[in-house]
Amino acid sequence: MEYQPVIGLEVHVQLNTSTKIFCGCSTEFGSQPNSQVCPVCLGLPGCLPVLNKKAFAYAVKVAMALNCRIAEYTKFDRKNYFYPDLPKNYQISQYDLPLGEDGFLNIRQNGNIKRIGIRRVHLEEDAGKLIHVSDSSLVDFNRTGIPLLEIVSCPDINSPQEAYDYLISLKQIIRYLGVSSCDMEKGILRCDANISVKRQGDSELGTKTELKNMNSFRGVREALDFEIRRQVKLLENKQRVIQETRLWDAQKHMTYSMRTKEEAQDYRYFPEPDLPPFIIDAEMQREIKKSLPELPQAKELRFIQDYQLSEYYAHLLTSDREIADFFEYCVKLYPQAKVLANWMCGSLLAELNSRNLALGELNLSPENFVDLIRLAQEGKVSNVVAKGVLRDMIDTGQTAGEIIQKKNISQISDPDALKEIIDIVIKENEKSVRDYLGGRENAIMFLVGQVMRKSKSKANPKAVLEILRSRLNK
Amino acid sequence: MNLNELTAHQLLEMIRDRQVSQLDVLDSLRRRIEQVEPQIRAYVRLEGRGDILGCIDTSVDGFESSELRGIPVSIKDNICTRGYNTECCSRILQGFRPPYHATVVKKLIDAGAYVMQIKNNMDEFAFGSSTENSCFGPTRNPWDLERVVGGSSGGCAAAIAADEAVVALGSDTGGSIRQPASFCGVVGLKPTYGRVSRFGLIAFASSLDQIGPITKDVQDAALLLKIIAGYDPLDSTSVDMPVPDYTQALINDIKHIKIGVPQEYFIEGIDEQVREITLQAIEKLRQLGAQVYDISLPHTEYAVPVYYIIATAEASSNLARFDGVQYGIRSTDQNPGIDNKIIQMYKTTRGEGFGDEVKRRVILGTFALSYGYYEAYYLRAQKVRTMIREDFERAFNTVDCIVTPTSPSVAFKIGEKIQNPLQMYLSDIFTISANLAGIPAISLPCGFTDKGLPVGLQILARGFNEEMLFRVAYTYEQNTEWHLRKPEINGIPACNRS
Repeated sequence: MEYQPVIGLEVHVQLNTSTKIFCGCSTEFGSQPNSQVCPVCLGLPGCLPVLNKKAFAYAVKVAMALNCRIAEYTKFDRKNYFYPDLPKNYQISQYDLPLGEDGFLNIRQNGNIKRIGIRRVHLEEDAGKLIHVSDSSLVDFNRTGIPLLEIVSCPDINSPQEAYDYLISLKQIIRYLGVSSCDMEKGILRCDANISVKRQGDSELGTKTELKNMNSFRGVREALDFEIRRQVKLLENKQRVIQETRLWDAQKHMTYSMRTKEEAQDYRYFPEPDLPPFIIDAEMQREIKKSLPELPQAKELRFIQDYQLSEYYAHLLTSDREIADFFEYCVKLYPQAKVLANWMCGSLLAELNSRNLALGELNLSPENFVDLIRLAQEGKVSNVVAKGVLRDMIDTGQTAGEIIQKKNISQISDPDALKEIIDIVIKENEKSVRDYLGGRENAIMFLVGQVMRKSKSKANPKAVLEILRSRLNK
Repeated sequence: MNLNELTAHQLLEMIRDRQVSQLDVLDSLRRRIEQVEPQIRAYVRLEGRGDILGCIDTSVDGFESSELRGIPVSIKDNICTRGYNTECCSRILQGFRPPYHATVVKKLIDAGAYVMQIKNNMDEFAFGSSTENSCFGPTRNPWDLERVVGGSSGGCAAAIAADEAVVALGSDTGGSIRQPASFCGVVGLKPTYGRVSRFGLIAFASSLDQIGPITKDVQDAALLLKIIAGYDPLDSTSVDMPVPDYTQALINDIKHIKIGVPQEYFIEGIDEQVREITLQAIEKLRQLGAQVYDISLPHTEYAVPVYYIIATAEASSNLARFDGVQYGIRSTDQNPGIDNKIIQMYKTTRGEGFGDEVKRRVILGTFALSYGYYEAYYLRAQKVRTMIREDFERAFNTVDCIVTPTSPSVAFKIGEKIQNPLQMYLSDIFTISANLAGIPAISLPCGFTDKGLPVGLQILARGFNEEMLFRVAYTYEQNTEWHLRKPEINGIPACNRS
């Protein structure tokens, strides 16, 4: 029996405003506990929230980039529940009039585009953090009041891989907007998943479970994978799936039940009387729309068209706005886009990955990068050497020219200089010479290799081949 | 003549002319508080204080020319003062000292006023109409010590009536300034919603609360409002509109002013003498040149139920923060029935910290917001609230102001209504609508019953037209002498203010 998973994701993203959503406290990560608090975010009696306009604009930007319908009239609501990390015992959130609704984003599945619906995007305040010690619990309110965006997808996702791709795509878009790093490992992006399975072709949905406690995109994929197998197994054994919240244990690679009986929480939402409703008029919408950058998928198409890049290269180069901008800057300096793309995707991105760094964290200017490519293309250094030079450039911050000069590794193309080495190689490898002359064409490549070794890779292999041929064919 | 019996504007003149110093004023207040406070109990936390009357440390640039130079201001226990106890007369906030001033307190200090450290008694969290719901016990009415002072700003009204304070700031969510002002024979003003910043006012119902003055006459109310009004970036519901010089609105002339008298406010159940005295006051206004019209505010009868849904709903959420985690008391009592320790702490702390009326309203409000009831109660109440607001808008298309009794009765006996919350709630029946509609309203003395108990006259005007209230109230006051009468407290003689 074939089963189809039905998945919806609820994503929370902290926005990177410098101050909190309803007060002037800093949002910096990793400070001393309770060092970034004030009477407002501590919810002391008599204090009132004042909306951070920037957080609001950021939220509208994301909603627009996710193709949402932007509410002309929106408001905040109180979500009431008691928890010690919530100083007012209610969270200022949005209930029936979220600022964005009915959007979508596209993911690629086997070369096809699949559209995943976005049900709603709304703005709220983050809660504090509980720290459990042996006999009691402590609370850190630094996180309280950090602007938090909730993005709820429709149940349009049908596999763990699609969920993974959705998160990647969402992260790309939000990072393009520059409003959040979406770093899931740091808890800046959090994701819960609703998952059920049904028989292929059935219209009725199965009973869903809610998965929590995933700490990475891969964790989300693995948790969903586990949960699908668990649910399918239950159904095949004619057992029922229980509607419940389950936690992912990344170590044990399994989900386990958090609550056995599902208590329906009544949050008693009602409009926040301390904040007047907001009008997002056409003027403001235009203004924010104008400030939106070109988004990843549009950029990818343009790269394919403008630079004749392969879909694969275009996709890689637009995966991050910084990388795309770097590429386009380089193209202005050195208009051979394909060569650049090759270098960036082949060497530069590999360097980034191996160092686990972002492009902006590297000590590499587009000018220096282009200089290196130019030297390689002009045959001043071999490609193999050039890759090493790039590594040194990143490590030291020096230019390609400086490194090549210091290490004395410019490519030798001068026939007189090469002849000397070639003569020695011919003398030392009489057998190979005989083989070649005897008709084994490949033997000459062995000789080229020997020359390269003797020259410490500085010899220009093309020139070596030419000289060898003319010498041996005499 | 004792200085404590004078109004702020009289004292300001004397201080300016150097006939007296601000310290003389404080001395005279101190003596009066020591004299009558054992009977009245308008202030809380007096016990064990070395000096009864401390003022919040201030040093204002240009003190000599400041507008409220040296005038002591007494404030309700729900208005925050940095470093001084602000407890809403609730056990749960015992020892709470906010690290900030309410915006109104800051404004008073900046205007050269002396904000008093001791605070006025009130119903716990402003839930009540008699000041009997205070964890410190009730305040007694200076006109009859057996009777209540009204509420919730009962301590303020009593302090003014007993000349234990010069001017005071209270808060009004459904009549909490006007009703005690009427019970104590003083002036009380609830400004337009958004006119005065609520920052630092410990919230009861955020969409209804306003801070306002309680004073000995209309001129002092105008003087004080001018100082405390205005937009505050810390309160998003305060309105960015220029603040007029309200003292310019004190014009002794109401010729051609159109006054509406709503028939719905003279219903069955209203005290016969209150009705009589109010009608006489309206007749007086007519004699002074006003044109009096009968009008209708058809949704008046829904005001009380609508109010008790919206106010309690908001209160249930506003009071959720009192949980023993950060401040106030935390109960360490064990409750063997609850295994979750944090839930246990919430329950015992709130169980011990809150009084009965607070519990009643929190439960009521929680219910009104609950799943399945929200539409039937809260949402419907909001719709009716809009209709009540529209009633007033329609009325103000034809009249300049509306005149009604402030309360259907005079001060009742202590303990008389405490067991009957519904009876108690009806004592706000005429004041609640102004909060629901967000419009300004003033109460001023307009006569006394045969038992010598004061009756209050309420005047209402369009939003942000406090000037109309001041003009009509001032004219009435200038042509009557009710506001000059003083109570005789338990054999302690009082001299008339003339």
